[in-house]
Amino acid sequence: MTVKEIAERLALTPICVGDVEKCVTGCHIGDLLSLVMSKAQSGDAWITIQGNINVPAVASLTDCAMVIVAEGMKLDENAQSRAEQEGISIYSSEKSAYALACEIKECL
Amino acid sequence: MAENSVKLHYNVDASDFTVAGQASGAVKKVLKQLGFSADVIRRVAVAMYECEINMVIHADGGEIDVEITPEKIRMIHKDRGPGIKDIEKAMQEGYSTADEKVRELGFGAGMGLPNMKRYTDEMNISTELEKGTVVDMTVLVK
Ligand SMILES: Nc1ncnc2c1ncn2[C@@H]1O[C@H](COP(=O)(O)OP(=O)(O)OP(=O)(O)O)[C@@H](O)[C@H]1O
Ligand SMILES: [Mg+2]
Repeated sequence: MTVKEIAERLALTPICVGDVEKCVTGCHIGDLLSLVMSKAQSGDAWITIQGNINVPAVASLTDCAMVIVAEGMKLDENAQSRAEQEGISIYSSEKSAYALACEIKECL
Repeated sequence: MAENSVKLHYNVDASDFTVAGQASGAVKKVLKQLGFSADVIRRVAVAMYECEINMVIHADGGEIDVEITPEKIRMIHKDRGPGIKDIEKAMQEGYSTADEKVRELGFGAGMGLPNMKRYTDEMNISTELEKGTVVDMTVLVK
């Protein structure tokens, strides 16, 4: 399923819209960035509660299809502008990482 | 050979977290333009990002030199930090001296150096207490 379709199905709030036609092929939950860098796969939907500038940087390095900032956490302003530069799709949600991951599983 | 080599130089400013990742991001773009494989790009970019962040959070910033040839990409990171007391310990997964402020940003898993080791083909660290650290990494293009 594409980023756009998942965002609609999960009722995510768009923060930064990149290439929404990208295909989501997996899911990774993580807040420790270097762990994410060792484990996240290209095409993953990355669910995190981090909202700082390093989120778009790590998403870009790992080639994640999209980022979902869970638990109602906020994305910093400079993180948002970095995401725009990098063309990363970032969404937010009030749901828990677990709930989001369960819904994503239904979409894959 | 010489005409096949691209040399890049970056200054890493330790006072500003918002620029961390700038050098690795720029190198990633260059490698893409030069047509390297996604695997090579990911390995170089992740190793460089980890190292660049370490220069900001553990040291006092520094300089990065990158040399790109069709066969390999070499990245030399020189910082002006406190040096690493026990390299063997620092290389262990999970070992970190990151403080609370840095941990809140998502760093401090103690996975940075192990990631660099895993993603590169050669890695050498030379360090001197109170002087600084040089991390020299090479990714081979196979
Ligand atoms: N350039 C450096 N100068 C001084 N100390 C360093 C440097 N790089 C690493 N270290 C030391 O080695 C430890 C391990 O580094 P490593 O990158 O593996 O983990 P970390 O940076 O603490 O956490 P993470 O990278 O997972 O966010 C650090 O906590 C720090 O004590
Ligand atoms: Mg580190």
